[in-house]
Amino acid sequence: MTSDMATRPPVTNSHTVVESGQRAPWRGLLRWESVLVLVLIAVLIFGSSQTPNFLNPTNFFYTGLNMGEIAIMALPLTLIIMTGEIDLSVASMLGLSGAVMGELFSNGWPIWLAMAAALVVGALGGALNGVLVAKVGLPSIAVTIGTLTLYRGIALILLAPRTITGFPLSLTKIGVVPIPGTQLAYSAAIFLAMAVIAGVVLHATPLGRALVAIGLQPEAAQFAGIRVNRIKIWLYVVSGVVCAFAGILLTLKNSSVSYDAGTGLELTVVAIVLFGGVSIFGGRGTIIGVVLSVAIVGALQQALTQMNVQPEVQNIVIGVLLLISVVIPNSGEAIRHIRDRARRRV
Amino acid sequence: MSVITAPAPAPTDRPASRMESLLRARELGIALAILVVFGLTTLNNHAFAQVASIQQLLNGAALIALLGVGETLVIITRNVDLSVGSVVGLSAYIVGDLFKHHHGMPVLLGIVIAIAVGATIGAVNGLVTTVARVPSLVVTLAMLYIVRGVDGVIVHGTTIDPASIPTAFTAVGYQTLFGIPWLALIVAVVVAAAGYAMRSFRSSRDLYAIGSNPDAAALAGIPSGRRVFTAFLISGALAGLAGALFLALHAQIDVSGGSGYELTVIAAVVVGGVAIFGGSGTVLGAALGAVLLNTINQALVASRVSSFWNGAIAGALLLAAIAFDRWLSLRVTRSLRSAEGAHRDL
Repeated sequence: MTSDMATRPPVTNSHTVVESGQRAPWRGLLRWESVLVLVLIAVLIFGSSQTPNFLNPTNFFYTGLNMGEIAIMALPLTLIIMTGEIDLSVASMLGLSGAVMGELFSNGWPIWLAMAAALVVGALGGALNGVLVAKVGLPSIAVTIGTLTLYRGIALILLAPRTITGFPLSLTKIGVVPIPGTQLAYSAAIFLAMAVIAGVVLHATPLGRALVAIGLQPEAAQFAGIRVNRIKIWLYVVSGVVCAFAGILLTLKNSSVSYDAGTGLELTVVAIVLFGGVSIFGGRGTIIGVVLSVAIVGALQQALTQMNVQPEVQNIVIGVLLLISVVIPNSGEAIRHIRDRARRRV
Repeated sequence: MSVITAPAPAPTDRPASRMESLLRARELGIALAILVVFGLTTLNNHAFAQVASIQQLLNGAALIALLGVGETLVIITRNVDLSVGSVVGLSAYIVGDLFKHHHGMPVLLGIVIAIAVGATIGAVNGLVTTVARVPSLVVTLAMLYIVRGVDGVIVHGTTIDPASIPTAFTAVGYQTLFGIPWLALIVAVVVAAAGYAMRSFRSSRDLYAIGSNPDAAALAGIPSGRRVFTAFLISGALAGLAGALFLALHAQIDVSGGSGYELTVIAAVVVGGVAIFGGSGTVLGAALGAVLLNTINQALVASRVSSFWNGAIAGALLLAAIAFDRWLSLRVTRSLRSAEGAHRDL
C-alpha cells in the first residue's frame, strides 16, 4: 500500500483525481517492475533462441562478473536519485580508489591496509560531494561533473603512465572463479547482498520514507522534521565508499589497475538506474526495479556478445530500452495532454 | 535557484541595470581570467605568446565553444543535451564516408549534410522531450547511446584516413585568414549571431522565461514546447556542424570520435556562467568558458607542468566556478532585496 503511494505520480489536476479514485485492483500489477520482469523473460528467450545453450551456468557466472561493479555502484546512486540529486562522479571514484590502492600496494603497503585506505578516500570524496551539494547548496549535476574530472585527475597524478600488477592471487581469484559450490561471481553475490540491504533501507525504514519524501518535496520534508541536508551528505559518503569498494573489486578482478579504469561508466550506471524505473526527479523508484534492470542489461549484453554484435552497436539496444522506459509510463499523460490541447483549440 | 534571472521582466530600472552590469561582469571576469592565465604563462614561457601557439589555443577551444552555444540554449530552458558528443562522432563519420566514396563532393555540401544529420537528431531529442513530456536528461542520455550505436553500425570497425578527405575540406582545419584560424572564425560568427539573437529576439527571450519559471511561462502564453524543440534542434544542428569541423581538424575519424564531449561541454558552459537549472547565462560566456578551460590546459603544458595535472586542475577550477556563481547569485539576491526597500522585505 505505502509503496504503491510512492509510485503513483503526484496528482496534478481533477482529471487524475477521478481516475485514481476508480482504480481497479488489478492495476496494482500494472507497474514498471512487472514490465521489467516480462522484458527479462523476453531477453532470456531471445538469448536462448539465438545461441544454443544460452542459459548455462558459465554464462550466468560471466554475466555476474561483467555487471558486478556497475551494479554495485547503481545501488547508492539509486538512493541519491530518489532524493532528486545525482552523482556523476561514481566511475571516477571507482578509478581513484583503484589508483590509491595500487599506488600504496606498489609502495609496499599490506594489501588490506591499501584497500582500507581506498575506502577512506572514497568516504572523503563522497563527503566533498555531499558538503558541496547539501551545505553549500550547489547543483549536484554540476558539482559531480566537477568532481568527476577532479577525482579522475588525482588518479592520473597518482598512477599516470604506470599499470600496477602483482596483487595477491588469493584475492585476484575473484575475477576467475565463482564462489565455491555455486556459479555466482563474488561481485554479483556482494551486489545481491547490498541490494537486499538497500531494499530494506529504502522500502522498510523511516530513513527510506524520508528519502522518498525528500525526493517528492524537499521543503515539505524539511518542515516535517527530516534532516534533509544531513541525510544527503551521508548518502554521498555512502556512495563514495561503495564506489571505492567497487574500485577495489574491479582492481582485484583485473588483477591490475591503471588510472583510467572504468572511464565513462558513470552514464552507464545512470542509465541502468533510470531504466529500473527510478524517476530522475526523485521520489519514485524501487530497488527491485534496479536489480531487474541490471539483470536485463547483463543478459542482453551477454546475448549480443555471443552473437558477435560489436559493443558499440549494443549501445543502440540500451538506448532504446532507456527511451522506452520513460516514454511508455508517461504516454498516458502525454496523450491526455495532447487531447486536452486539441479540445481547447476547437 | 535562478535568481540572476534575465533582465527582461524587471519592474524597475535600477535592479535591471544592476543585474545587467553584474552579468556583464561575469563575462568580463572570465575574459580577465583567460588573460591572467595567458599572461602568467607567457612570463614563464615566451613561446606561449607566439602566433602558432595562440592559433592552437583557439583551434583547441573552437569545437567545445561551438557545442557550448547549442548546449547553452538548451540549458537555459532548464533542459540538458547529453547527446552532442555522439552527434559529433556520427556526423563526422557520415561526411567522411561520403567524401571517401564521392571524392568530388563539394566541401560546402559536406558541411550542410553534417548539419542536417545533427538537426535530425536534435529534432528527435526535441520531439520526444516536448511531445512525450519526459525529462530531457533521460531522452538525450538514451540518444547518446543510440546515436553512438548507429555510428558503430555505419563505421563497422573501419577508419576514415586523411587520404580520403579532400584537402579543400581539411584546409578549414588548419588554414588561417589574417592569422586567425578558419575554425575559430566560423565559431566566432556562430557565437556572435547566437549572442545577438539571444539578446534581441523575443523568441529567444522566451527561452529565459521558460527556464526561470516553466509554469509562469506557460501562463504567459509562451509556446514552451515549440521553443524548447527549437533549442534542441539548434543544439543538434550545431553539434552536426561541430562534427564536420572535427573531421576537418583531425582529418580522420573512427567510432570513438567525439565521445565524452558532452560532459566537457557542460563543464565549459557552467564555467561560463550558465546556470545549470536554467534561466540565466549567455552564449558568449559559454564560449569564453570553453576558451578558459582550454587555455588552462595548454598553459599547464607550456609551463612544463606534467600534463598529468590537467584533469585535477580542471576539476578544481570547475568546482570553484560553480561556487563563485552561487556566491554571486546570493549577493545579487541580497542587493535586490535591499533595493526593493524594507517594506517589501520577506
